[in-house]
Amino acid sequence: MKILVCISHVPDTTSKINFTEGDTKFDTNGVQYVINPNDEFGLTRAMWFKEKQGASVDVVNIGGAETEPTLRKALAIGADSAIRVNTPATDGYAVAKQLAKVFTDGGYDLVIAGRESIDYNGAMVPGMLASMIGANFVANCISLEVDGTSVKAVREIDGGKETVSTALPLVIGGQKGLVEESDLRIPNMRGIMMARKKPLNVVEPTDASEETKAVSFEKPAPKGAVKLVDADNIDELVSLLHNEAKVI
Amino acid sequence: MPKQKIMSILVYTESENGKFKKAALEVVSYAKAIADQMGTTVTAVAVNANDTEALGNYGASKVLLVKDDSLDAFNAKKYAAILEDAAKKESSKVVVVSASANSKYLAPLLAVGLEAGYVSNVVAAPSNVSPFTVKRSAFTNKAFANTEITTDVKIVGLSNNSFGLVESGGSASVEDFSPSIPESGVKVESVDKATDKVSIADAEIVVSGGRGLKGPENWGMIEELAEVLGAATACSKPVSDLGWRPHGEHVGQTGKPVASNLYIAIGISGAIQHLAGINSSKVKVVINTDPEAPFFKAADYGVVGDAFEVVPKLIEKLKAFKAANA
Repeated sequence: MKILVCISHVPDTTSKINFTEGDTKFDTNGVQYVINPNDEFGLTRAMWFKEKQGASVDVVNIGGAETEPTLRKALAIGADSAIRVNTPATDGYAVAKQLAKVFTDGGYDLVIAGRESIDYNGAMVPGMLASMIGANFVANCISLEVDGTSVKAVREIDGGKETVSTALPLVIGGQKGLVEESDLRIPNMRGIMMARKKPLNVVEPTDASEETKAVSFEKPAPKGAVKLVDADNIDELVSLLHNEAKVI
Repeated sequence: MPKQKIMSILVYTESENGKFKKAALEVVSYAKAIADQMGTTVTAVAVNANDTEALGNYGASKVLLVKDDSLDAFNAKKYAAILEDAAKKESSKVVVVSASANSKYLAPLLAVGLEAGYVSNVVAAPSNVSPFTVKRSAFTNKAFANTEITTDVKIVGLSNNSFGLVESGGSASVEDFSPSIPESGVKVESVDKATDKVSIADAEIVVSGGRGLKGPENWGMIEELAEVLGAATACSKPVSDLGWRPHGEHVGQTGKPVASNLYIAIGISGAIQHLAGINSSKVKVVINTDPEAPFFKAADYGVVGDAFEVVPKLIEKLKAFKAANA
């Protein structure tokens, strides 16, 4: 089985989110980048398929050279090789189009992507990719078993979960549950050394124009200070929620 | 000039056991606002729904109703095909979907089918219809992006509870709709869903517990508080990692997103990953013994106190309030 794991290069959760150039660009100044958390659960599940079922695992990112440390980290965790499509990730459609080309050129059986990236939160690339390449698709995937070309997957739904049967070729939008937090791997020194020697292939993009464009950004209005209510005066809390906040 | 076909705003109205979800009425209200901006009408697409009159009241002029028992189990590919057919039939230039798990599942497939630009997590009516520009939340609720859709056909995914319900008192005609439905390679084997509880996605109020509750045996009062409020129950990541509560209740960056009107956090310190996931809730209340807990910086109302004393009191006061306002 040939697995492609999509890796988004995203600001760490603790990063300050600011914008420059008249609020039209994300300010990357001082921002630490990480593997998108949803992708990391998927990458770790891919390692399981590699170790238990002999799968090969490639990782891919659509982005400039600045995303390479994130791909190297994925290699250090255990991926066999990396692909970087040398173009900025603009909108979900354009990214899916680039991934579709990588999928077709590489002859993959399974694409593991994250449910959504924690920066743009579009939650659309995996579904668009599946549709473009004519593969089956499971969103919000929290469990994945592959036997030959048969697949059993579990999808999180509103208020519960749903078990589905499907087949390769398949794209999933994965999330926590594919593996647990405690299963995530921190690259060790040997992994980091080996990652330096693994192939990281830079490929030029295919034609893909964007369909949506973020024209400006804004931050939520600053929040007022918390209103503290005395623990012995819960009547006041009920009254505030009813009369002031109007939520009960 | 040949007569233009009507280009109604198409909206997918999700139902469950024949009844529309609140989010369905909200997206119809939203679609009506766009229709008014663009001088057109709203056409809703419903599958196996019964109470189609409800949609007229929120602004739909027409309902395309698909009745097919084989569609009782949701299938993203089949449902996307239905909407694609409907959009073509209506010559729709704008399609509106909700932020439910199923709508978010089908929307990317529909976008490719219609060659439409799709923007999710939209929080307000378009600021402009030419160029078509909507405000969406991004950076896990830490910012908004004003986003233009440049394609001829546009898909808007509306965040739950961001627009609200707007009754317009109209009525809708109902038309049977029988699109051709493709085969799908994904088959539902089983669904595991609590039917007697409000889901986090549909809830207007969410009551959430953290490690401060000390153990799973103490969740009785969380459930009781949720029951009094008609709320969904949720939990922090450590609580689900410890196995005190099911994973489906975990809210936060890697768990479920919450966009409720009221979010009550009990014994949750407020790690940044947690706050990122719940920040689009409108009103936040924190109950925690530690006045330095970061949640107090994010909350609107706070009680510094022991949950084991405060929560029972809150339940008692809310019961009295409900009785007085019944």
